[in-house]
Amino acid sequence: MKQSIRIASGQGFWGDLQSAPIDQVRNGPIDYMVMDYLAEVTMSILQKQKMRDPKLGYAKDLVPLFEKILPDIVINDIRVITNGGGVNPIACRDAIFAVADRLGFKKLKIGVVYGDDILDKLETLTGQGVNFENTETKEQLSSVRSKIISANVYFGAFPIVEALKQGAQIVITGRTTDTGLTLAPMIYEYGWTNDDWNRLAAGTVAGHILECGGQASGGNFSAGWRSVPDMAHIGFPIAEAYPDGRVVITKHEKTGGRVSSATVKEQLLYEIGNPREYITPDCVADFTSIQLKDIGINRVEVSGVRGYPATDFYKVSMSYFDGYTAFGTLTYAWPDALEKASKADEILRIRLSDLGLKFEEIRTEFLGYNSCFGPLADHSEAMNEVVLRVGVRSQDQGAVEQFSRSIAPLILTGPPSVTGFAGGRPRPSEVIAYWPALIPKSSAASHVVVETN
Amino acid sequence: MKIQLAEIAHARSGDKGDTGNVGVIALRESYYPLLVKYLTVERVKLHFSGICLGKIERYELPNLGALNFLLHQSLGGGGTRSLKNDAQGKTLSSVMLRMELDITESISL
Repeated sequence: MKQSIRIASGQGFWGDLQSAPIDQVRNGPIDYMVMDYLAEVTMSILQKQKMRDPKLGYAKDLVPLFEKILPDIVINDIRVITNGGGVNPIACRDAIFAVADRLGFKKLKIGVVYGDDILDKLETLTGQGVNFENTETKEQLSSVRSKIISANVYFGAFPIVEALKQGAQIVITGRTTDTGLTLAPMIYEYGWTNDDWNRLAAGTVAGHILECGGQASGGNFSAGWRSVPDMAHIGFPIAEAYPDGRVVITKHEKTGGRVSSATVKEQLLYEIGNPREYITPDCVADFTSIQLKDIGINRVEVSGVRGYPATDFYKVSMSYFDGYTAFGTLTYAWPDALEKASKADEILRIRLSDLGLKFEEIRTEFLGYNSCFGPLADHSEAMNEVVLRVGVRSQDQGAVEQFSRSIAPLILTGPPSVTGFAGGRPRPSEVIAYWPALIPKSSAASHVVVETN
Repeated sequence: MKIQLAEIAHARSGDKGDTGNVGVIALRESYYPLLVKYLTVERVKLHFSGICLGKIERYELPNLGALNFLLHQSLGGGGTRSLKNDAQGKTLSSVMLRMELDITESISL
């Protein structure tokens, strides 16, 4: 058994810093790289792409990325785990096999985890009594059933472990939890069992720290951002994991950013609910048991994590079509910038009403004044400029389009000293809403296939 | 003495649907009891009135010297439905840290 393994975060979301995964494989030693691509709405975007072209539906960024890093990972025996397979992990694998063929890498083993896509099985599953009640609003699925675009089960670490056992150098999954990507190599390397709750929780906590990339190593850091060195070349976090469940969070030497107990604390608190019940398919982790210790420059030890048995359910993430939105912005300059922007908003609303348009919501915010602070905003008469931002939402695409055509006229038919319309009419976009639900673990099955090019 | 929360804490915020979460972390270990004492659900509710339209939950993490707040109905419906500039609640941390507190303890900042 290895004494420790180094698991590097290569991507915190789809669209993250493109140089990060390249830096992770080249700037120092690592054993694994994990890349999270899937936010809640990402699956619906991918599902739409797959509907248009059955060969799409995965994070296309992976193809040019593997063109760059495949030589590095093969030569240095680095294993890469990613959920960028989206709704078409097999097609993603084939695209990477094609890269390997082009670059002359034979016998590359890629594992695929699938079975998370249950869109085609919703009828059968509801027939079997799975009600897919919305876990946030408690609404019944029937209210949106006809508008569902995607439905995916969140699998955990164990299907990935299976692929690693079969020798996969790259593992591509569909909807897998962000934390499972990081936990899987620890289970595989150290032979942790599926009821070793404390260790599973320790790996899950490490996964939570890594899942947002640079947000654990000095990015978006509120306790002294000025003092974070060389953010331009921020080093993404690395979890150095030990067999007993202890983890040291660090980053490559000679990279920018910072890893300290303060940066790790901020990430630990990011997007959590009840800290005693951090629920994943693999375990329930207790964040109030986590002990942090600065043990060196850019080295934070994470220990003492307690875990509890996993629940009998997987989380399901569904998306459904829910109308259209558009946003218009105009910039008003001193004097009386805010007053003029408010007047423009009033005129716009009268015109929309004169057109007989109905919206579910019209929202006005003044960027530079109250979009973050709402009623707490501090009004200053000396305000240099303010951006009027009006958003609308409607099931009626035509209404949203008419709204888009009503912004520019304000420039010549409203209050003076206004600019910032160079981008043309705002484009209406579809609202893809999110429907979280649960499914009994016995009603969903993951599949693992490992193949060689 | 009057202090601003930003003088004794740092924070990070994010979203889960229409619920914002704000993690508030003491800048020094000795400040954590002040957070527990003064950052009550009632005080936070008052501070976020007009922003948070639902209930507020508070959780303690003494091991990290931190509190986690859940601010329900704060994000204009949340996700892609929301018309807010900050639909994901990323700046709720700033709103929190701007809070003014009147504390009876005397601390050197």
